[in-house]
Amino acid sequence: MSNWYRYASPVNLYPLASRMIPWFAIPAAILLAVGLYVGLFVAPTDFQQGDVYRVLFIHVPAAWMGMMLYVLMALYAAIGWAWNARASSMMASSLSVTGALFTFLSLITGGLWGKPTWGTWWVWDARTTSTLILLFLYVGFISLQSAIDDRRRADRAGAVLALVGMINVPIIYFSVQWWNTLHQGATIRIASATTTMAAPMLAAWMIMLAACWFYSVAVVLGRLCCIISDREHVEVVR
Amino acid sequence: MLEASHLECVRGNRTIFRDLSFAVRPGDCFRLTGPNGSGKTSLLRMLCGLLSPTHGTIRWHGAGIETLGEEYFSSIAYIGHRPGIKDEFTAMENLQVSIGMRGIEISRKAAASALERMGLGGRLHVPARFLSEGERRRAAIARLAVNHSMLWLLDEVLTSLDRLAVDMIQQLIEDHLAVGGMAIVATHQELNLSSGRSPGIELAA
Amino acid sequence: MKAASHLVMFRWLLRRELILAWRRKSDVMSMLAFFVIIASLFPLGVDPDSRLLRNIAPGVVWFSALLASMLGLGSLFSSDYTDGTLEQMWISPQPRILIVAGKILVQCLSTGIPLVLISPLLALQFGLSLSEMRLLAVSLLTGIPVLHLIGSIGSALTIGVRGGGLVVALIVLPLCVPVLVFGAGRNVPLVGAVLALTLVFAPWAAASALGIVVED
Repeated sequence: MSNWYRYASPVNLYPLASRMIPWFAIPAAILLAVGLYVGLFVAPTDFQQGDVYRVLFIHVPAAWMGMMLYVLMALYAAIGWAWNARASSMMASSLSVTGALFTFLSLITGGLWGKPTWGTWWVWDARTTSTLILLFLYVGFISLQSAIDDRRRADRAGAVLALVGMINVPIIYFSVQWWNTLHQGATIRIASATTTMAAPMLAAWMIMLAACWFYSVAVVLGRLCCIISDREHVEVVR
Repeated sequence: MLEASHLECVRGNRTIFRDLSFAVRPGDCFRLTGPNGSGKTSLLRMLCGLLSPTHGTIRWHGAGIETLGEEYFSSIAYIGHRPGIKDEFTAMENLQVSIGMRGIEISRKAAASALERMGLGGRLHVPARFLSEGERRRAAIARLAVNHSMLWLLDEVLTSLDRLAVDMIQQLIEDHLAVGGMAIVATHQELNLSSGRSPGIELAA
Repeated sequence: MKAASHLVMFRWLLRRELILAWRRKSDVMSMLAFFVIIASLFPLGVDPDSRLLRNIAPGVVWFSALLASMLGLGSLFSSDYTDGTLEQMWISPQPRILIVAGKILVQCLSTGIPLVLISPLLALQFGLSLSEMRLLAVSLLTGIPVLHLIGSIGSALTIGVRGGGLVVALIVLPLCVPVLVFGAGRNVPLVGAVLALTLVFAPWAAASALGIVVED
């Protein structure tokens, strides 16, 4: 078990991380292909929403990834701060970009779904608005880290911000929900089409979520390698 | 009595110094010399508790300074590159505020006499933004006269001061050492102290 | 014995901060002017229909207060950091969290109270009734401290950083959504709840953030 501490050093982590990437990238591609196939062709046309609901096969996993990656990012950043582990902080920085992109993707796909279904590209309901604010939290984290030149200070400052953000998220969600119920005009409850789910639909979601996870790991590790080679001047071994 | 053992300082990818050990006893004026970039400021900041050594310990009367915390802070006085003088306050106000912020009340008379001792008698009520750099440094050093801290940590306090000011400061340090105080001084210049021992350490580049 | 010295320190801290705020009152004045200007400009950007204005008034005033506060928030610690006084406070035998709390308190008093006092004038522009004005003022009074508390974290994180005020705003604005929502919704108890929570966490977070910058 003590062997694992080797990987706390970014220089040692680099070869391991770069070797791991194909093990996640290839399954990600396969899962994505299978998931899209099942989602687009195998799952039946929805009774109420027609074929548009298929966008949800990307939208819902993307939204979940956005949220889960934020928590992961905050945890890695906190560990990097508490134990002065540079590698952990670098993971947090790497996660931030992927998390932001997933959040952005979920907002875009949400609009693509909303327009045919509700007639508008954007809806100020609790979940969409909270997702937007989550995107802003990511943007805050990324801009804070890019504004600070000293890397270690940027790591630690990011940790404080990510933790404050994580504690705030439930409060933000609650306040947005409250705001939404206050202004009855926009009470469009985006009910997910999961009440009577046919097996292929559920399968498609699970496969797409798995694809997202594998993709995330591959991409985050790839970015991590770039960050390590940038900060630690590691030679890129091909 | 301050003991440092096997101190190491790593900034970024550079090891500034390693395996530094020394002791400072009452009555000592410990000199830190060395070229720019050799780590004098980093070492002083470590001794203040503003920087954690990557290796080694610093002990005050036998206990580590991290565990002592506020108790250690009440025994030290630090003057670094940024002297801690606010432009908007007069020399008098600066002194009173900085001592007051340590939880100690001093009388205006005591503050005035400390500033006079540093040659600022005629400039007591001038906002610090109108003081020259030397005068600001002296206003900062006046803190030491009223602080009653045992250990003084001074980083290049004599730089760009005239002969008169340098003499004043040396006198201040001598008086401090005479009553059993200690000083750790980083300086390029020669300190001519008539009393007290003057051990020192030279940091390599 | 220790408590007595803490009290002495706190008294001196309050004096220090208040005198500094007074001597830099032009900063406070410009922030207040900004508050009035942006709130007054809103109707110019929308329909000056009195019903619409009455409806959006709390939101506009709150949003303007939020933006105007952003102006002043970024510099809570920066001048002390630059001239070395922050460092001196850091190695003083006094509790750091008390120092941070004291600074936030005075900043809140010196910039927040004037905002609250001016808000009725803006409320008049938007045609609010007296009771509505009072409610808005109370919500501002309870909510502006939250802005300052959260802002102090952003301020501590961004000392000496490029792009200063903008980065602080990017960090702090999303975190201010709850207080904006509850404040503009004039739900004072909920704002109070957020205030209570923020009072507990924010000074500690700001002190930790300061430690990252000072202990370097």
